[in-house]
Amino acid sequence: MPQLTTTTPPAPAPVKRSTLTKNQLPGWAMWAVLAGSLILGAALSSLIGFHIATWALFSALIYVAAGYFVTLSVEGARKAKDRFATNLVYAAFIVALLPLVSVIVTVLAKGIPGLTPHLLYYSMNGMTGTVDNETVANGTPVIGGVYHGIVGTLLITTWATIISVPIGLLTAVYLVEYSKGGTLARAITFFVDVMTGIPSIVAGLFAAAFFGLVFGPGTRTGFVAAVALSVLMIPVVVRSTEEMLKIVPNELREASYALGVRKWRTILKVVVPTAISGIASGVTLAIARVIGETAPLLVTAGFVNSINWNVFGGWMATLPTFIYRQLMNPTSPTNTDPSAQRAWAAALILIIFVMLLNLVARLIARIFAPKSGR
Amino acid sequence: MSKRIDVKDLNVYYGDFLAVEGVNINIDPKSVTAFIGPSGCGKSTFLRTLNRMHEVLPGARVKGEVLLDGEDLYGPGVDPVTVRSQIGMVFQRPNPFPTMSIRDNVLAGVKLNNKRISRSDADDLVEKSLTGANLWKEVKDRLDKPGSGLSGGQQQRLCIARAIAVAPQVILMDEPCSALDPISTLAIEDLIEELKNEYTVVIVTHNMQQAARVSDKTAFFNIAGTGKPGKLIEYSDTAVIFSNPREKATEDYVSGRFG
Repeated sequence: MPQLTTTTPPAPAPVKRSTLTKNQLPGWAMWAVLAGSLILGAALSSLIGFHIATWALFSALIYVAAGYFVTLSVEGARKAKDRFATNLVYAAFIVALLPLVSVIVTVLAKGIPGLTPHLLYYSMNGMTGTVDNETVANGTPVIGGVYHGIVGTLLITTWATIISVPIGLLTAVYLVEYSKGGTLARAITFFVDVMTGIPSIVAGLFAAAFFGLVFGPGTRTGFVAAVALSVLMIPVVVRSTEEMLKIVPNELREASYALGVRKWRTILKVVVPTAISGIASGVTLAIARVIGETAPLLVTAGFVNSINWNVFGGWMATLPTFIYRQLMNPTSPTNTDPSAQRAWAAALILIIFVMLLNLVARLIARIFAPKSGR
Repeated sequence: MSKRIDVKDLNVYYGDFLAVEGVNINIDPKSVTAFIGPSGCGKSTFLRTLNRMHEVLPGARVKGEVLLDGEDLYGPGVDPVTVRSQIGMVFQRPNPFPTMSIRDNVLAGVKLNNKRISRSDADDLVEKSLTGANLWKEVKDRLDKPGSGLSGGQQQRLCIARAIAVAPQVILMDEPCSALDPISTLAIEDLIEELKNEYTVVIVTHNMQQAARVSDKTAFFNIAGTGKPGKLIEYSDTAVIFSNPREKATEDYVSGRFG
């Protein structure tokens, strides 16, 4: 009697299982499959000599396959495919995350012991192999630091930013606000795209060759390095700023024009302020992108062990080149441990810089974002 | 503070495409004129030529004359910026500047042009403009809050306050109520009625009742078909257009028998 069942309120839950939940795996089923996979994975792994990596790999493969077949047998083909795809997506996510986590863990583990006040406040000036040999022989703390590298990295990156931001910003303003899609605009867009993919060593060679031509061969200063880095930075700044300017609604420009405001004032006071949070965070990410460059710095800024505050004269050390030199040419060829420790600590400092820059980018985006409070 | 507009044989082009053809219209000062007509018939396009806003779009140009108290807006050497500071505009969607407070939005026309204004003058201007837009009572306690936090109707009235703060001669409104609810629409219509005492108001609307309620004169625009230019079919007193139009097309449109 269908009419009865539709009109009367549902009776108290019957003892038998609801028909709506049939062919459903209970909630613990997948955990059980996971546990089984882990055990089976461990067994398989020990067959070829137990290792945590093979254990994880075998368990994951078994879990994905078993999850599919268990679901297929109970819930049907559609659900099984769904389970399979979900598991694959999670697996891909974990695989993508592994190197990142591994890098951070390694750098933290190896970098923190070397992160001493001495490392932060002293340069490598006067550090010779003898000093490191004595340190190892006597078991005293490692001395010599990366102060000169921190100074160099900050100065060179700052100068690269000072060069690239105005150029990049104005290029983007031209592309979005003034160009009418003509040949010049298309040429700029094309070359910006090409520059985005330029290998960093090429940028370094360009800057070195250019300054070599103008100021004589072998000109290496922090400023040359800053120019090399800005070659890498400008396309990133142009691209991100362009995207941000494009999403400023046209209505705001029209509103400003309708008030009798000139175009350049509209851009300066309405368009750019509206997009400033995105522009600022794009610039910050561009800085983060170039702060770790090594190759262009080696050919443009040279390498020294002492502090140099002058970007326009003399060679300059930076964190990436410091790491490179400490690992490739340890201060003491016979006792490389102190150098390795300094290199890892410098790497940690570099990662901290990049992380700070990312945080700053988020902060800027939040501070400058158009308010919508009531 | 209001001027008359006389349009003579105006053609509007987008590139080679003739969008509006042969418009002749005389708009009296201190009156409300409504433009009605089906979508795509060029009434918004024509409205935008009245303060040279259509030039913002690439390829747009006009032939003919638009006279503001006898001076041609399209004469040689006329700066569109000067034109727009005399003929203000309110858009279809409320568009307060999201980076600015309510107060700064009202003062935008002054501040964006870097004109110097004393604090007390600015306060007076804000109060006068917001009062003129019937918004002062609602926002006077939160002038420093962002303009985007207001409701849609309030935002539109803020945009009107922003437009009248620069003391224009004429105010153009491009479907100012189409994004608003009936109550906000009523508030804007009341406001238009008051604005008429000081300004020349031209309004584009899709709502024929609205045209009948607020306007003194009504212009009916129509288009012969896709790809054909829009034309001004009939321009007369609002009462005539809605009760006893001269043209058959107008009668069909206002009585809902269109097409």
